Amino acid sequence: MALAPIFLSEFRLNLLGKFLALAILAIGMDLIWGYTGILSLGHGVFFGLGAYCMAMYLKLEASGDRLPDFMSWSGLEEMPWFWVPFGNPLFAILAAILLPMALAGLLGYFTFRNRIKGVFFSILSQAVVIVVVTLFIGQQAFTGGTNGITNFKTVFGFPLFSPPVQMFLYYLTLLVLIGVFILCRKLIAGRTGKILVAIRDGENRVRFSGYNPTTYKVFVYVLSAGLAGLAGILFVLQVGIISPAMMGIIPSVEMVLWVAIGGRGTLIGAIIGTVLTNGAKSFFSESFPDIWLYFLGALFVTVVLFLPNGIVGLFANLKENLYRKKAVKEVYEHHSLHPEHNG
Amino acid sequence: MVQLFNGLSFSSILLLIALGLAITFGLMNVINMAHGELIMIGAYSAYMTQIMFSNYLPKSLFDFYFVLALPVAFLTAALTGWILEWALVRHLYGRPLDSLLATWGVSLVLQQLARTVFGAPNVAVMAPDWLNGGLEVMAGVVFPYKRLFILAIAAAAVLGMYLYLYKTAPGRRMQAVMQNRAMAACLGISTRKVDSWSFAMGSGIAGLAGCAITLLGPIGPSIGTYYIIDAFMVVVLGGVGKLSGTLAGALGIGILNTLFEYGTTATLGKVLVFLVIIVFLQWRPAGLVQVKTRVLD
Repeated sequence: MALAPIFLSEFRLNLLGKFLALAILAIGMDLIWGYTGILSLGHGVFFGLGAYCMAMYLKLEASGDRLPDFMSWSGLEEMPWFWVPFGNPLFAILAAILLPMALAGLLGYFTFRNRIKGVFFSILSQAVVIVVVTLFIGQQAFTGGTNGITNFKTVFGFPLFSPPVQMFLYYLTLLVLIGVFILCRKLIAGRTGKILVAIRDGENRVRFSGYNPTTYKVFVYVLSAGLAGLAGILFVLQVGIISPAMMGIIPSVEMVLWVAIGGRGTLIGAIIGTVLTNGAKSFFSESFPDIWLYFLGALFVTVVLFLPNGIVGLFANLKENLYRKKAVKEVYEHHSLHPEHNG
Repeated sequence: MVQLFNGLSFSSILLLIALGLAITFGLMNVINMAHGELIMIGAYSAYMTQIMFSNYLPKSLFDFYFVLALPVAFLTAALTGWILEWALVRHLYGRPLDSLLATWGVSLVLQQLARTVFGAPNVAVMAPDWLNGGLEVMAGVVFPYKRLFILAIAAAAVLGMYLYLYKTAPGRRMQAVMQNRAMAACLGISTRKVDSWSFAMGSGIAGLAGCAITLLGPIGPSIGTYYIIDAFMVVVLGGVGKLSGTLAGALGIGILNTLFEYGTTATLGKVLVFLVIIVFLQWRPAGLVQVKTRVLD
């Protein structure tokens, strides 16, 4: 991955950088779904919030002292008060991570405390997506409505779309992804990770063992929301636009697909799934824009039915089968037994 | 007054959709995300019936096409549902989250299929003449016949469901499977048959809902998605597994929606409804009407 810039054109590199940013989100998704068994269909919101916070800063920088263009189109005279602090990049970046975490904390605390779980939580999280998307589209003067926020020029004073800056952003994304991966690996290998898996496999037993599952569930929800926000920042820097369409229901469910395809419950699977699925998506939607949805739909069905453990699971299965056959053979040879005599 | 009536007719459509969902969700614990597309199939069947009538039958008969459109929509959707159950859903019993993902994929395919066959733009279904106009209950207060008709369809569907579930043998079997699958199977009920039968029935009711929706405005490939989340909220709010819960949930959401939209704007209204539901679930996590159980995992 680090050598990718040598082989790829600028356009492809930008695309790959975008996928890597999304992979950060997928890791968070995997933590909550693959490890803890909570299916969130609302991660588009956290991703979108992060991206919007960053976009607000970029937009303010691009507009200089004037009001951002879409505000003046909507007839706004003055800068809304909540836009003002986003002129500070540090504030914007912090908000992009902390805002999704705060929202997730609030939502998670109230739903998990009351033991709303399983499909009920999934449906509620989907309702949250609808609420936020309708709000963002409705409040055109503050959020740019359906068009979202775009037309950025610079970041920290550097021209955003110049090749060296984009190259820097690619490496930054890769670095962040590796960092997140290592940290989450540590988390999963530790005690907390064990409890998360235990919650997935038998929540009541965890409760009876003296743990409070609510705390852990809220924690993992907040963590994955923060990662989604972080992904949003890096995404908007490389893509240059954020709109409600990128945080709606379809993208939110697609995020689940990435993890499912790669293999839920393995962090590396989340990354592989994201890059492969998005790569295939941009390939197919470039070549056959009309039938891309057939592919996506069929992919969903196939993966759920035939590959419940995703690509990583497929390899693990193959490996295990080979290993087991070998092991069985060794046992037979060792005891000079034949399979037929096995009674 | 009119506002409240409109809320009521919105509730009745939600009720029709949620009835089907309540069967598949409550009975089989399958989240059918393709339910919205079954609505779409019902709507397009009505559209096709209309085209057939206007092309092949004398004009005098055209007004009666809608009477035929209802059973056609029901049967087409039921058949689609039956195939869906046979091909996909039966492999996913007991894995609700997986069923959600797989049926979501199906819904994508069906939507794209509709876009290929009927084109992306919306098409309009003409309401027959006898549904135009309205009933004037008071001076200045007119209830449109279309909405009254939708109300009647919903009422008939609820009544039919009630009679079916509580008064007929197959309905009782369905309830038995719902309450205790293993016990029902031991007593000689073919749960496999009941499953596919109930899934087809839930799908058929979705088709009816789609047929009713055509009276309210033009239809398009993604028409189902407008209603599906609301319908899921009805099921969640009402509680899973009881007809009365679905009824109360649909009424509650429909009327709240109308009231809030009347008080604020359309978008804020929707946001407020969802907030109320989330707050309500804090108080009763299992919904309004809940089946008591001691099952623990």
